[in-house]
Amino acid sequence: MSKTILEMRGITKTFPGVKALQDVNLDVVEGEIHAIVGENGAGKSTLMKVLSGVYPHGSYEGEVVFEGNECHFKGIHDSEKVGIVIIHQELALVPLLSIAENIFLGNERARNGVIDWAEVRNGARKLLETVGLDEDPDTFVTHLGTGKQQLVEIAKALSKKVKLLILDEPTASLAEKDSNALLDLLVSFKKQGIASILISHKLNEVSKVADRITVLRDGKTIETMNRAEISEDRIITSMVGRPIEDRYPARTPQVGETLFEVKNWVVHHPIHTERQVIKGVNLNVRKGEVVGIAGLMGSGRTELAMSLFGRTYGHAISGDVFMNRKPVDTSTVRKAVDAGIAYVTEDRKTYGLNLIDHIKHNVSIANLLGVSRGGVIDDLKELKVANDYRARTNIRSSSVYQLTGNLSGGNQQKVVLSKWLFADPQLLILDEPTRGIDVGAKYEIYTIINKLAGEGRGILVISSEMPELLGICDRIYVMNEGRIVGELAGDEASQEKIMRAIVRGEGKTA
Amino acid sequence: MSSETVNSAAPGARSSVRAVIQSNLRDYGLVVALLAIMVFFQFTTNGTLFKPVNLTNLVLQNSYIIIMALGMLLVIVGGHIDLSVGSVSGFIGAVAAILMVEYGFNPLVAGVLCIMLGGLIGASQGFWIAYLKIPSFIVTLAGMLVFKGLSLAILGGRSVGPFPPEFQMLSAGFIPDVFGPIAIPQGGAAPITLHTTTLVIGIAIVVAMIYFSLTSRAARERHGYEAEPFALFAVKTAVIGALILFFTYTLASYRGIPNVMVVMSILIALFVFITKMTTLGRRIYALGGNAKAAQLSGIKTERLTFYIFVIMGALSALAGLIFAARLNTATPKAGQGFELDVIAAVFIGGASMAGGVGQVAGAVIGAFIMGVMNNGMSIMGVNIDWQQVIKGLVLLGAVVFDVYNKNKA
Ligand SMILES: Nc1ncnc2c1ncn2[C@@H]1O[C@H](COP(=O)(O)OP(=O)(O)OP(=O)(O)O)[C@@H](O)[C@H]1O
Ligand SMILES: [Mg+2]
Repeated sequence: MSKTILEMRGITKTFPGVKALQDVNLDVVEGEIHAIVGENGAGKSTLMKVLSGVYPHGSYEGEVVFEGNECHFKGIHDSEKVGIVIIHQELALVPLLSIAENIFLGNERARNGVIDWAEVRNGARKLLETVGLDEDPDTFVTHLGTGKQQLVEIAKALSKKVKLLILDEPTASLAEKDSNALLDLLVSFKKQGIASILISHKLNEVSKVADRITVLRDGKTIETMNRAEISEDRIITSMVGRPIEDRYPARTPQVGETLFEVKNWVVHHPIHTERQVIKGVNLNVRKGEVVGIAGLMGSGRTELAMSLFGRTYGHAISGDVFMNRKPVDTSTVRKAVDAGIAYVTEDRKTYGLNLIDHIKHNVSIANLLGVSRGGVIDDLKELKVANDYRARTNIRSSSVYQLTGNLSGGNQQKVVLSKWLFADPQLLILDEPTRGIDVGAKYEIYTIINKLAGEGRGILVISSEMPELLGICDRIYVMNEGRIVGELAGDEASQEKIMRAIVRGEGKTA
Repeated sequence: MSSETVNSAAPGARSSVRAVIQSNLRDYGLVVALLAIMVFFQFTTNGTLFKPVNLTNLVLQNSYIIIMALGMLLVIVGGHIDLSVGSVSGFIGAVAAILMVEYGFNPLVAGVLCIMLGGLIGASQGFWIAYLKIPSFIVTLAGMLVFKGLSLAILGGRSVGPFPPEFQMLSAGFIPDVFGPIAIPQGGAAPITLHTTTLVIGIAIVVAMIYFSLTSRAARERHGYEAEPFALFAVKTAVIGALILFFTYTLASYRGIPNVMVVMSILIALFVFITKMTTLGRRIYALGGNAKAAQLSGIKTERLTFYIFVIMGALSALAGLIFAARLNTATPKAGQGFELDVIAAVFIGGASMAGGVGQVAGAVIGAFIMGVMNNGMSIMGVNIDWQQVIKGLVLLGAVVFDVYNKNKA
């Protein structure tokens, strides 16, 4: 066994009203990939923030020992100095700086304060080669997709002589191909003696690459498994505290008449206005039906949803929308909501929540008329609504007065869902509803979806996780490059058939 | 100020007095700071600060700042800033003078026209900000220059006045004493005459306040929601009640409640109501907290922003009228620099530069903190230059306290 480089002993961290970590232990040996898994709010990100000095020494109890020395980090700078680099759940790149500038940000290659551009570019080029990113170092980061930005983050970490790399849900918003590239990269780092801590909710990838897995539950260490002991079932049991037989709750679909229909939907790019992003889409959802839209990243699914929802994306939009066979106007969000449509965004932090306000105000904001009379809000009614939905969607928080910015990802998602459930839509469009969410919470969200369908509502789910679509949908549309290229009934769909539809679609456009 | 943060403790458990004070540190701190500053100046001015005449003056001097601070609170909570309010108020004062003094307009008609003009000015700035997405800092900086220049232009560099007496009453008048004064004999000294109506109003306000806070407390408990601990509630209510009584008693022993104070109080009550209890207020907080999320929740963010600036413009106009009536002339310099006091008041009151955070009560107390300092330092004979330095440091200190407090949590 190689030597231990990191030991965290008896870490306890409290926030007002919450004990986020309680006597947590973690050790990492040289050159291993150590995964940390646990439900939303289990304390994974908090533990990493303790380790990297985001929460400075003194704001928690317990000790952090790195390479034999006890560490008292005052901030991220201190931890980076000894070779611990964290890549946060939210990427921290400056969009309007180039790749090279971002890589050396705070660590500039300069002599007497004057930047040596040649060295910056060369250095950047070398690092990009190491991480396998084929881009010009002068490209602005804003022009890169999430997958590539992730690689830039890693290049940035490598520029700092990293010994321990921490990745907090790096693959949450990556397409499968990009995820695999990133995981391969981590594996290749092992040879150079760089250890990684990987936090992820995607259990299949964790079980593929991790050497050891530590499970957290409710702020406590449950166990650390060795390579030989790892299996997805075992991880789940340990995470949730009980075995989960089925990852998708059972449902008997009761599909009724057509509820929602889109005809010849065409959308142009908001900046490059001559380019069509959605090229004549037709689709429908029936009452009580759960319909999925499968496709690769960039196939135009989010653009389709947002253009339908109050034209919040796109330019020169044309086509018709029908609800209950009657044409409806969805040209503003308000009109779309009034027509009975709700859209749960894929990016809950930027588009879904007011993070500096509490759960109660976030739940009521899309349906203020439902808690007010004559423009005056009935505080008690609002409180009752918030408490109801908190219970219904099982939001874990100290009360409805907790700021949504302090909730874990899964609970934030449940707040967004609650907001739209309270608006009482007939059609609910869910965009990546389970991104970054643990198995238990996923199950809860599927249960909510089923219940809504059972009430006769239509559900349209966009997801990049094919097993999820296969598990919950009655019907699946396959989208590629702005077109619907296939439609499969839920019981006859398979990953293979979906992929085949995508490939066939590609042949058509070429 | 917000009864809601009170409940952030774990449900079920009755929140302890300490926890409640801790989670409302900012709110209590502000009130305590105002009281401390008042007591400080009461001593350093040898008791002049709380003299009836001076207290009345304090209200008159600060009314227009407070009125603009109400609008500015909405602007800042909505995630914007308005640098033009001082110039706009000066410009409106000039317009009012021209209308009344040169064209002989009826004061009421002129006043209404001026406030409408203020709204229009707000609309013309709000249009660029809301619909064309030009940063408010730039639009209102331009507005500041434009209206400063326009007041100079229409006044031709001179001062225009005096105003008709009815108009002067806006800032120089007091409410009539419908009950007639009462005199309290003071042994050998001259008796104190009290403005009875003012006393009656003061007592009525305290009674109403106690009644409403008791009923809303009862309603919460009836529905099974915890309220703040009774001891704290009682102390808070008693302190506020005592302050109101002291304040009205002092005013009553001079000439009673000034007319402006009536206007100002109604507006403060209206804005507290809007921000705390209406959907309009809630939408403004949502807009400032996360504009994109607000828009995707069906809030018409552009129209909302537009209206915020219309309101701000109308309030600037009202403030301009009050200031002109107080000086009894319109001068080209009127209103200059007001925007700084107004913005400072809102930030001292706890609003956040990034939007989404801030309370009306905070802004009003912030304005009073600035006002008491101005007044107290003037009485003490502190030079105007040092007054600026001290005010600047107080603003910085308040915001530092805020940020430090937030990071510690
Ligand atoms: N600043 C804070 N103030 C109060 N509570 C907090 C704060 N930050 C985190 N928490 C709470 O601490 C707990 C742990 O949160 P953490 O973000 O570490 O969870 P996580 O395991 O990373 O979850 P996820 O998988 O959703 O990212 C949660 O209950 C969360 O609500
Ligand atoms: Mg996390």
